[in-house]
Amino acid sequence: MMDRFLQYGLTGLSAGSLYALVALGLVLIYRSTRVLNFAHGDIATLATFVSYSLLSNHYSFPVAFLASLLVGGAVGIAFYFGVLVKAQREGANLLGMVILTLGLALIIQGVVVWWWGAEPVSLPFPISDTTTYRFGGVVVSQLSLATMAAGLVGSVLLYLLVQRTRLGLAMRATSENVMAAQTLGIPTRLVLGLSWGVASALGVVAGIFLAPALLLDPFFMLDPFLKGFAAAVLGGLNSLPGAVVGALILGVAESLAGAYLTIQFKNTLAFLIIIVVLLVRPEGLLGKEFKERV
Amino acid sequence: MDLVESYAEDLRFARRPAARVLLGLLLAALAVFPWVAAEHLVFLATLIALYSIGVIGQNLLIGYTGQISFGQAGFLAIGAFAFGHLRIWGAPFALALLGAGALAAVAGVFVGFPSLRLKGPYLSIATLGFGVAVYQVFVNWEVLSGGRSGLAIASLQPMFGLSGTRWTYYVYVLLLTGFTLAAYNIVSSFIGRAFVAIRDSDIAAEVNGVSLTRYKLLAFAISSFYTGVHGALYAQILGHIEPQIFNVLESITLFVAVIIGGVASIEGSILGAVFVTLVPKVFANFREMVPVVYGVTILLVLIFEPLGLFGRWLKTRLYFQLWPFR
Repeated sequence: MMDRFLQYGLTGLSAGSLYALVALGLVLIYRSTRVLNFAHGDIATLATFVSYSLLSNHYSFPVAFLASLLVGGAVGIAFYFGVLVKAQREGANLLGMVILTLGLALIIQGVVVWWWGAEPVSLPFPISDTTTYRFGGVVVSQLSLATMAAGLVGSVLLYLLVQRTRLGLAMRATSENVMAAQTLGIPTRLVLGLSWGVASALGVVAGIFLAPALLLDPFFMLDPFLKGFAAAVLGGLNSLPGAVVGALILGVAESLAGAYLTIQFKNTLAFLIIIVVLLVRPEGLLGKEFKERV
Repeated sequence: MDLVESYAEDLRFARRPAARVLLGLLLAALAVFPWVAAEHLVFLATLIALYSIGVIGQNLLIGYTGQISFGQAGFLAIGAFAFGHLRIWGAPFALALLGAGALAAVAGVFVGFPSLRLKGPYLSIATLGFGVAVYQVFVNWEVLSGGRSGLAIASLQPMFGLSGTRWTYYVYVLLLTGFTLAAYNIVSSFIGRAFVAIRDSDIAAEVNGVSLTRYKLLAFAISSFYTGVHGALYAQILGHIEPQIFNVLESITLFVAVIIGGVASIEGSILGAVFVTLVPKVFANFREMVPVVYGVTILLVLIFEPLGLFGRWLKTRLYFQLWPFR
């Protein structure tokens, strides 16, 4: 009984750590530019397909992984400088910028279908999900261990970047108050662009670790993206620790709901939990309460 | 150029004689269209008419009230399946349509409640969750969705000796005209003003005596009524519905139509509906390019013409009104 509970809890943690990577990227972008990035999942899909192409052409895994990170980051940075900055100059409002990311998402979707086709393919991945280890009564696959490690390493690296480096200090200052940061000589455009790059790269890591568990098709990131989005909202959209907490809660809740209540309505339950939490705490679990001035 | 001297004049639908003539010509053209155009074009026009109703509804919510909803596919599904079941139980077309709209409106009020506390991104995730939840309920609950085979809906019985395509066209265009008039009246009445006030600043609106609870819920109810009717009409024209039709992409298509057509404009909504209906037809041989076309158009519209196709139309009209001066 206890073992079953732990088993499903662990599965949930493994899924949750991927949601955490997606959610961290979304929160990083939201915190700095107040834009919800609807293209987050699609950038990850594109980069994962780049990995797939490189791996099929017998490049080694680290090369493919790095190339994907670079492609994902580059798309994020290019979109920020090429489109968002331009739209801001034209006086686009926040809703407009959110819709621009939706436009980017649609473009990437079309390009991926056109280049790689809509047929699902499987990513040749060095870590298998059939090799398992046994800890007491709980069985863990190599893949879910690697997934949890990726989530942990990604979160820790982001924490160090944001809290311990000069770039991170600049990022925090910019997200706190763009005007003041500019006055103090921080190149805010560059910092925001880099935030977009880092955030997109985090999404790409999630995509690459998800691909072996699912099949790779142009829409495979849609569901994880929605979950990551939901997790970010659950934790509070302006809080990085909140994103991790929200994602782990969501992953575990989803897995336990699937195990004990109903497998068919697993996703529905996950969303219902979020709507209920939001009704009680509209700013999310760890988010700061927003006060509005007129 | 366009001086409005009294409130009654402001409410009038077509202010200048020329506008009245043009409106008459437009209606006449719509009436004659099925007799001069090929059958597949008439069918396409019917599709545009039903899509317009949904886009107008979505625009009332996004454009006028400023509440972002990504859950429109949920209302579409509710409308379509309510309509399907009512038809199968023997309800006449009009009654089934009304039932579909009403049920979607009730769901809209239900979804509207989170909007009282949530804003912007938080509201969009709540509505998105609603859309996903409705989708999964229909996919997994076979009593509602008719299982793997879906629901079959009897086609409309043509009247006055018209062919099926023409009869459907007339019914749909008549409905669109009715819903368009209703939307104009909502927008130019105190309800529409309340919506716009909420969009511009909800705190200021509340201070000025606009009941946020009443008008936000009303906006959701009206919008989802329109969307439910859209779903029902879509179900009728397809003749066969299954839950897979009403996925997240359908919500996004409605959203795209509003943005490209023109935010907070009813004529724009119809233009947007024309766009999202025609693009997949034009690119029928390059289906994977359809989202790219949508995406590129969104980028161009938002950077160069934030009012969408309707803004372009306004500028063109202004150019000709001022011609030969600039």
